[in-house]
Amino acid sequence: MARELLEGNRAMAEAAVRAGVQAYFGYPITPQTELLEWMSKRMPELGRAFLQAESEVAAINMIYGAACTGVRVMSSSSSPGVSLMMEGISYIAGTELPVVLIDVMRGGPGLGNIAPSQGDYNQIVHGGGHGDYFPIVLAPSSVQEAIDFTVMAFDLAEKYRALTFVLADGNIGQMMEPAELPPMQPVDRPIPDWAVRGAKGRERRILSSIYIRPEDEEVTNLRLLERAGKIKENEVRYKEYFLDDAEIVVVGFGTAGRVAFSAVRAARAQGIRVGLLRPITLSPFPSEAVAELAAHAQAMLVVEMNSGQMLDDVLRPVAGQIPVEFYGRLGGVVPFQDEVLTEIERIAHHPPTIEFDPREKWIRRMKEILN
Amino acid sequence: MQTEIIIAGFGGQGILFAGQLIAYAAMDAGKNVTWIPSYGPEMRGGTANCTVIVADEEIGAPTVRNPKAAMVFNLPSFDKYEPLVASGGVLIVNKSLVDRSFDRDDLAVVMVPAIEIAESLGEKKLINMVMLGALLERLPVLSIEEIEKTLAKHLPERHKHLLPLNSKALTEGAVFARKALAEVA
Repeated sequence: MARELLEGNRAMAEAAVRAGVQAYFGYPITPQTELLEWMSKRMPELGRAFLQAESEVAAINMIYGAACTGVRVMSSSSSPGVSLMMEGISYIAGTELPVVLIDVMRGGPGLGNIAPSQGDYNQIVHGGGHGDYFPIVLAPSSVQEAIDFTVMAFDLAEKYRALTFVLADGNIGQMMEPAELPPMQPVDRPIPDWAVRGAKGRERRILSSIYIRPEDEEVTNLRLLERAGKIKENEVRYKEYFLDDAEIVVVGFGTAGRVAFSAVRAARAQGIRVGLLRPITLSPFPSEAVAELAAHAQAMLVVEMNSGQMLDDVLRPVAGQIPVEFYGRLGGVVPFQDEVLTEIERIAHHPPTIEFDPREKWIRRMKEILN
Repeated sequence: MQTEIIIAGFGGQGILFAGQLIAYAAMDAGKNVTWIPSYGPEMRGGTANCTVIVADEEIGAPTVRNPKAAMVFNLPSFDKYEPLVASGGVLIVNKSLVDRSFDRDDLAVVMVPAIEIAESLGEKKLINMVMLGALLERLPVLSIEEIEKTLAKHLPERHKHLLPLNSKALTEGAVFARKALAEVA
């Protein structure tokens, strides 16, 4: 297949089509609307289901129902829309259904704005819906990854009967890059043995998230937890850049990760021994890779487009071995390469100490930057 | 080698398309490229801008503070981006819509009467092609021939009859930029 110039939102939609998605339900919201728009054209022409629901609440419950039939289903939205879906998301997790959801994050909280953000990290990675559940979360940093991870999301969702998110941001959704789409997969794949599609001639199956007896719910909770452990064993993914001899390790995902990549490359050109760890699976988080790097590096720098939501997931495996610094831009502001480069230079020339809280230090520096 | 270009003006001036055209041509030439619009709650007549990055190596950040080049199509964009272009860079200004001269002496600045040139070709919509021709004369990132090849490849059949006129606009823009350079020298 040839490389085409593709916009992230439309590329994710077409990737899902080619991965064999049979039903899409959604509601428009910037900066994700082009995804739904593409689906509105493509799904009917392929004889598949597309429906623009009356709200995100309706859309997620349509997804819930369609997923019970064992076919590939998905929805997409942006931050406030995903918040509206949270009840349904929890039901889907509790019913153990393979569903793919795409969140093209924007500035928040509240109505916020439509600019790129990573402010939904905690909501998506650590829950957001009620109860104990553990979604798989994939974070693309380019249009090609947006395509590849959308396809991978369907495979992982099915393999583990798990809710799987592609966590993108407005930049990934709106930008165009040369990328390659996968070949079209057939939609007629085997129907799983848990699906409910009419019980004629066989025993009745029930799909539900209701476990009236707490003991039964606890068994389900443990099953979900065990499955999350298996996912952690098998599916942790990340990308490493210039890490072999790195004394400073930058950690960033998605758009912040690729901005950090530019800064790391520029710092390398100055002779600073710095590398980048870019998590691809935010859940399961590459904790072991972080712990390993912390054992050899002298300092870490976490870069995010939020107030340091992933920072806590980095601090845990670092476990006080080395100082961890933080740099974030908030509210829909995307950091420029030179901001991250300045942070790397600062750490290289004035090695930080461990005893200060990275978030408090960053807030102090932010105030200087903004004044 | 990495070249960043910001294109800015009013919605409806062909800003986003000019950027996409560079992006397509860069892709066709086998280079890495990113195209990203500013996508605020904007509409026709509002502001529109996009950033295009063309590079031989992998592209990280898709936006930059100080681009190597800017093409500005109106006064607010001129005011905004003139101070931001990296020293030694290129600034192409739609002179038809600005009422002041430039302040930077460390840039190659070309003040292009883009509307007048486009109108002389009989199609006001060609201002983006005139501006692009002037840019490529001063910024050796792609050739006009590469842009023409890309237009021929990606334009839908129903617009193919416009190819000669687009080529003419690109050439006129380039010729103007060359003359402007000769005058300064």
